[in-house]
Amino acid sequence: MPEHVETDKHNTTRQYATFSVDGLFFGVEVLKVQEVLRFQAMTPVPRAARVIEGLINLRGAIVTAFDMRHRLGLDDRADGQMPMNMVLRHDDGAVSLLVDEIGDVIEVSKDDFEPPPETIPETAREMLEGVYKLPNRLLLVLSTEKVLQT
Amino acid sequence: MDETQEIIEEFLIESNENLTQLDQDFIKLEQQPDDNALLSSVFRTIHTIKGTGGVLGFGILEAITHRAESILSQLREGERRLTPALTTLLLETVDIVKKILREIEASGNEGSERYLDLVERLQAVCDDKSGAEAVAPEQASAGNPGGLERSYPPASEPVEEVAAEGDEHPHFARQPDSASPAEGEQGEPPAAVPAATRSSVTDANIRVSVDLLDKLMNLVGELVLTRNQILQYTDTQEDAAFTATSQRLNLITTELQANVMKTRMQPIRVVWNQFPRVVRDLGQAFGKQLELQMDGANTELDKTIIEAIKDPLTHIVRNSCDHGIEMPEVRAAAGKPSKGTVLLRAFHEGGQVNIEISDDGAGINPDKLKQKAVQNGILTLDQAERLSQREALDLTFLPGLSTAKQVTNVSGRGVGMDVVKTNIEKIGGSIDLQSRLGHGTTLKIKIPLTLAIIPALVIECAGERFAIPQVNLVELVRLETGQEGQQQIELIGDTPVYRLRGKLLPLVYLSDVLGLDGSHETGESVNIIVLQADQKTFGLVVDAVHDTAEIVVKPLSKLLKGLNCYAGATIMGDGHVALILDVMGLAQLGGVVGESASHVQSAADSRDAGAAEKQAVLLFRAGAKDRLAVPLALVDRLEEFGVEAIELSGERQVVQYRERILPLMPLGSYLSGTEGDAASDEKVQVIVFSEGTKRIGIVVDEILDIVDEAITIRSRSSQPGILGSAVVGGQVTDFIDLHYLIEEASGDWFGGKSGAAAEGAHILVTEGSRFTRGLMRTHLEMAGYRVHEAANSEEAMECLRSETVDVLVSSLDLPGESGGQLLTRVRGLPDVGKVPALGLSLSAEELSRRPETGPAFDEYQLKFDRAAMLHSIEKLASAVLERKPETVGTGADV
Repeated sequence: MPEHVETDKHNTTRQYATFSVDGLFFGVEVLKVQEVLRFQAMTPVPRAARVIEGLINLRGAIVTAFDMRHRLGLDDRADGQMPMNMVLRHDDGAVSLLVDEIGDVIEVSKDDFEPPPETIPETAREMLEGVYKLPNRLLLVLSTEKVLQT
Repeated sequence: MDETQEIIEEFLIESNENLTQLDQDFIKLEQQPDDNALLSSVFRTIHTIKGTGGVLGFGILEAITHRAESILSQLREGERRLTPALTTLLLETVDIVKKILREIEASGNEGSERYLDLVERLQAVCDDKSGAEAVAPEQASAGNPGGLERSYPPASEPVEEVAAEGDEHPHFARQPDSASPAEGEQGEPPAAVPAATRSSVTDANIRVSVDLLDKLMNLVGELVLTRNQILQYTDTQEDAAFTATSQRLNLITTELQANVMKTRMQPIRVVWNQFPRVVRDLGQAFGKQLELQMDGANTELDKTIIEAIKDPLTHIVRNSCDHGIEMPEVRAAAGKPSKGTVLLRAFHEGGQVNIEISDDGAGINPDKLKQKAVQNGILTLDQAERLSQREALDLTFLPGLSTAKQVTNVSGRGVGMDVVKTNIEKIGGSIDLQSRLGHGTTLKIKIPLTLAIIPALVIECAGERFAIPQVNLVELVRLETGQEGQQQIELIGDTPVYRLRGKLLPLVYLSDVLGLDGSHETGESVNIIVLQADQKTFGLVVDAVHDTAEIVVKPLSKLLKGLNCYAGATIMGDGHVALILDVMGLAQLGGVVGESASHVQSAADSRDAGAAEKQAVLLFRAGAKDRLAVPLALVDRLEEFGVEAIELSGERQVVQYRERILPLMPLGSYLSGTEGDAASDEKVQVIVFSEGTKRIGIVVDEILDIVDEAITIRSRSSQPGILGSAVVGGQVTDFIDLHYLIEEASGDWFGGKSGAAAEGAHILVTEGSRFTRGLMRTHLEMAGYRVHEAANSEEAMECLRSETVDVLVSSLDLPGESGGQLLTRVRGLPDVGKVPALGLSLSAEELSRRPETGPAFDEYQLKFDRAAMLHSIEKLASAVLERKPETVGTGADV
């Protein structure tokens, strides 16, 4: 129930569902997340772009899975390391982001926000909405629209 | 009667829904009298009831709603303001309307109560725009529906009053006048009717969004999968109770699935119901006597399909009435009953719905169609003559063709049947036309039961499963290797082909097309799936063929829309996702069909290449070639000359033939460079060809046969004098290139070769038909040009960007973008854009009415006028070559 999730309490804090890919710590807006799943069997789609890892059967709905490592231009996952699914709502059904590990939902203060530094390579920077400076690490906020624009 | 009942039921359901809304709207309106949207909505509801009521012949309903509508119209126009009194009057009207509707539902008619008082009061308000005095006395009972009936003055006609109380009749007493005198008191509020006593149509139906049904179907699909898993698990269990429960689960799930599927089904009657009216009106309009018979109106189809076939069916029925059925006099003269019959039939067969629309009218004259096609420049005279009756009938489906002598407002504009065909094919159906001249026409349509579930063949390639819709499937071929299997796949260059009953079937390896790992040597056997894509047949080689299955088609995400080799995805029995292959897309990827090949063009293509059509061919032997062929249509005569009759004129052999000199060409020695054995015989066999007044004789060793066969030239030959080879009578046969040979034999036959000025120029030939393209290439190469080919404007643009092109030759009618559009694009290119261009057309008529807009080609010629074409090209090419030294590297650097 969206009305019970108070993301915008006095408009100073926001909630993000977090995950990690190749040591980087990412977050997406919690309301965009439909569910989180362990590794699922996938059907590859020949001739599709490399970022599209395959199709997943999610209770009768067909979900397209994006490999975030490929999307971010990172190295392949080590052999035997199974990705997790972060399933996002999308206007065209659900899509799944394949990530290394799923983290907690965290609440961050708007005061800690900064736009992504110019020095981040353009390809990665355009997918970032910004950075939250957490006490011990940085939370990179992804723009889901940009991520799914391939 | 049944159909009228259905319409009435629909009307009741809809009206009741709207009226419920209306009550609320009026109350809201009272608070916000200026809300125009609200007013409009109220107005629409009343207007709809008035309109439908009028059509269905409910006069009282119409009279009341008409006046209410007038008042609402005045409100909407701002001519009057809504007062509480007026609201009361309108609400009262709504109540009366509801009452009448209930009466209609119960007895099938409005009852005899005329509600004259209400009509009068409404009329009074209508007429008196200044105020609402007429309703003032009723204010006391405002807003109280219970008070409604009391507001009637004592009935002036008590008899009617009693009869009007039919609203309490139980549903089962539906026949008119069953009226036991009303049980209900006069003045019992309608709201107090106990719902339990009625199972009326309005209560028995609810509207559900299709989205919800789709969701249900999805979930049921999932349930079925879960059930399957449980059943598998059950097999390993001993527990009797558990087994029994899973059996029950099994049964219930199956039934649930069937019923959920049913929710989306509608009888075809929904579409057909409008036809009696259509047919009647058309009969009136044309002065024809028409009868419509319907058979199988209860045949059920998926809702989406019902919607998709509505327009095509209407079009066909109108066509049948308009130019199928003759005028009564004509029919009488032909010994037919003066009343013409249009028969609609629908039935299920083989998992498909068959719909037939037949009339006993005049039938279609295939010769007239051909004539028309030639007139309109769709076919050449020659092509038209070669068409079979059946193919001629199929011309009906080409755009721009109508045999109706007059264009009526109903049909005859020559748009329509092509659209009908496209629409039917869009939903995976097929349409077939049969006609007997004088006896009538039958159109047979086959469509799938539902779009959501299709029968498909499940295959495997590189470890992945794929589904292929069965509509596209022609047959399965399995080649056992080890014996002769593997050898039956042959290579033409790098292109694998297979001889399927004497015809060459181009093969496409699925693993190649999809870029999967997979070797062509699969060991024991090769599985070829013969598929049909847009009139082209090809074989798809896969690793394994599994099974057929009914699959639920799910669309792919937009993120994957660019991939046209998939038609969607489905979930297999084990829960895994499998991709559904799009056969047309595969054919394009495999190069079997051009990127944008349209239906019409490919139809013309196959006619050109003779793929689907029989053609008489003369087979003969000459020199080293055992089997040569030439289309019989080109042959003038077969002659036999004594060796002694052959004389020499210069270096050329000639005979005197019909008081002229006939130049001879010894084909055997020409092709193989050796002497044929003809010389040793007493007589020589000569095939005489003529064009205009000129003749030439080709000397062959032996005339073998004349065969009537569907022939496709499969591969072009590089040997001069040979056009290409095809399979004729089960054997590979070379077709001779008559133009070339004739030219060789008599240099001056067509006015000599092209001048050397233009030699070596690069010509880009853009032409949709592969056959014609090949022919033009031969002509051009013969004349010393270098030729690039393009099948459509895309390929042409590509070639212009990457190659040096001195002259662009383009057919005006290309598949997809026309030649004119191509030229517009070309002219927009920098540098290359200035390339001289020659436009080719099939008909002189098209040439004369070429469009004024857009850039013009530098020259126009007829497509098969070879001499004129070469002349134009030479002119254009030499102009370029003269200029060339100044413009360096046109286009080559792109």
